[in-house]
Amino acid sequence: MSHHPRRTVAFAAALVLAATTVVACGDNDSKAAVPGVTDTEIIVGTHTPLTGPAAAGYSEIAPAAKAYFDYVNANGGVHGRKITYKIMDDGYNPANTQQVVRQLVLQDKVFAILNGLGTPTHSNVLDFLNTNKVPDLFVASGSLSWNQPTKYPLTFGFNTDYTVEGKILGTYVKQNFAGKKTCFLGQDDDFGRDSLVGVKKALGTVAAEQKYTVTNTNVGPQIGAFKAAGCEVVILATVPGFTALSIGTAARLAFKPQWVVSNVGSDYPTVAALLKEAAPLAEGMVGISPLPAVSDAADPWTALFKKVHDAHAPNTPFTGNTVYGMSMAYLFVQVLQAAGKDLTREGLVAALKKGGFTGPGYAPLRYAEGNHSGYGGGRLTRVASGVQGFFGPVYETDPADAPVAEYAQQRPAPPTSGIPG
Amino acid sequence: MTRRWIIYAATALALYALATTLEPFRAYQLATAAAYFCAAAGLTVLTGLSGQLSLGHGAFMAIGAYTVALTQNGLADAGATGAWLLGISLLAAVLVNVVAGAVIGLAGARLHGPYLAGATLAIAVAVPSVPVIFRESLGGEQGLPVYAEPAPVDVPYERWQAWIAVTGALIVAAGLANLLRSRYGRELRAVRDDEVAARLAGVPVARVRVQAFVVSAAGAGLGGGLLAFLAQSVSPGAFPLTLSLFLLMAIVIGGLGSLAGAAWGAALLVVLPDLAHEITASLSLSPATEQRLAGNLPLAIFGLVLIVTMIVAPGGVQGALTRVVRRRRTTAPPS
Repeated sequence: MSHHPRRTVAFAAALVLAATTVVACGDNDSKAAVPGVTDTEIIVGTHTPLTGPAAAGYSEIAPAAKAYFDYVNANGGVHGRKITYKIMDDGYNPANTQQVVRQLVLQDKVFAILNGLGTPTHSNVLDFLNTNKVPDLFVASGSLSWNQPTKYPLTFGFNTDYTVEGKILGTYVKQNFAGKKTCFLGQDDDFGRDSLVGVKKALGTVAAEQKYTVTNTNVGPQIGAFKAAGCEVVILATVPGFTALSIGTAARLAFKPQWVVSNVGSDYPTVAALLKEAAPLAEGMVGISPLPAVSDAADPWTALFKKVHDAHAPNTPFTGNTVYGMSMAYLFVQVLQAAGKDLTREGLVAALKKGGFTGPGYAPLRYAEGNHSGYGGGRLTRVASGVQGFFGPVYETDPADAPVAEYAQQRPAPPTSGIPG
Repeated sequence: MTRRWIIYAATALALYALATTLEPFRAYQLATAAAYFCAAAGLTVLTGLSGQLSLGHGAFMAIGAYTVALTQNGLADAGATGAWLLGISLLAAVLVNVVAGAVIGLAGARLHGPYLAGATLAIAVAVPSVPVIFRESLGGEQGLPVYAEPAPVDVPYERWQAWIAVTGALIVAAGLANLLRSRYGRELRAVRDDEVAARLAGVPVARVRVQAFVVSAAGAGLGGGLLAFLAQSVSPGAFPLTLSLFLLMAIVIGGLGSLAGAAWGAALLVVLPDLAHEITASLSLSPATEQRLAGNLPLAIFGLVLIVTMIVAPGGVQGALTRVVRRRRTTAPPS
């Protein structure tokens, strides 16, 4: 008799346990199906240098993207979901990148990695992200490595790749400085190498080529060699710090070539801030960009981003990096819209591969089945009286042997709400 | 003797259980701490017990890491497969560092105090620029990917990494603990405390010094090799001068000269930045302040914790713990 109640209790307890297990499992199934996505939130993350040697300028990109997401969230989010953007500082150190990306994916369970910055830093997390099935969108670098659809099906670039850029810059030099001695200074990694490939595709050869490493801030020998070689045009594949160093060093050596600078190193406000009172030395510098100019307040996209910036990140600098970050964020919202209400990682990638996205960029976005590269061209810029403005048509080409052609299609105006619909 | 082995076995079992129950990211952190421990334990033998100050242990870690990268990639290119490959690579990292440690130790044994610190500092600065010069074989600033076999058992890869790293740390801990209890350990302390007395007692001072460098470099080599295996990449940027300084700081904060202190230090190296980040993230600040503080506040918190620890517990974490335990024992009523 005395066993009876106890058995009942045990039975009941077992039932309750079983029931909670079933409920818990069911709960898990619906939530674990898509990491980082609930009915009200989408969590995405990035790794970016907020400190360290590459932080100058680049540290403004992720906060700008966050400001745009805040703007979207304040207006109801995407399909009712608010976007949470986790920004992790890796100090441009690949070992830290490993750590923070694992934290984002394994601990914070982000839906996707967005705009991870840097070639050496991001190269080392490609395998980790692709084996863990995490969409790796809009890498902030123009390396050709991001466009390997068979090896890394979930990784997509954003920047105009360095070879495309090199081809366009080389073609500009060929057309406008025919017969002048052209020389090339590049960073000693994929950035410099890919860029030089493009320049040579357009020019055939260069009179002198030099390399620099980020850890050595003395470019005196390289610039001196250019002066000795009698260079008249110098093409730079440099980060902003080294654009400023090259221009400053040349001035000290009384060497005044025409500077033609790759996109990542040619944002005038960033370079001018580094040159300080010597900023007028950058006068006449030619650059390239696929995105609207900060200086062009009349540009409807710049105006939109300025409005968002003033509302959600007041008292912070508004530079080319801000426009870059917000353009990237705008594209991500477009892809989220296209992926629909039932958001999955597969759906997101499929929507992106369908392509057809237009927005702030002058150049076309190339996303398609079998093409994971971002912008396929850009427009040339020139610094005149301390203002960097566009000139000439928009050019497009590919990293292979396609000719550099004018791209005639106009950008759309931004939607009045400022949010893709 | 048997009691010691029981403690080892219990620790090993506890760590194994920990590595198995932890979530993948925490397991990865545990693995990172284990890798740092190998280097910190080596450094604490050198600095804490033989009295030689090294500011160049980051360089030894780099040498270990590049050795693992080159061996792993070389073996993979030669078509070799199997989980034992990693063992060979890590062993190679230790051996290469034994040689490097002997060379630097021979030079260093002639130097004292700040001169030795200066010489090792030069190594810490010089070694990371070697891969930049030999770009073709060592990958330049971008570094090299490290080939890693998939885990032989079906567990999250981070757990597999944690098992390997913890095993490495345990081998280092057991090895060093035994070494320090041996005649050699006593010779080390004798040299540190009074060189002349040690010499009079027949201790070969120079040899003991060089041996300390070799042992210490071997630990750092294993630590660096494990880090390369964890990150699956090596690059000069991963072994900056600050890494050497952080290691030194870790053993001082943890408690100089004891293996437990090295363990505390290694754990702090992993936990503190994470904690500082959490604190920063939990503050709600205006975008402008946030942008100015971002990345810098964690560093400030990190520094602050160090200063407070040094003031409150000059003997490091382990020193403070020992003090607390002793006080309890002396104040406890006799039973």
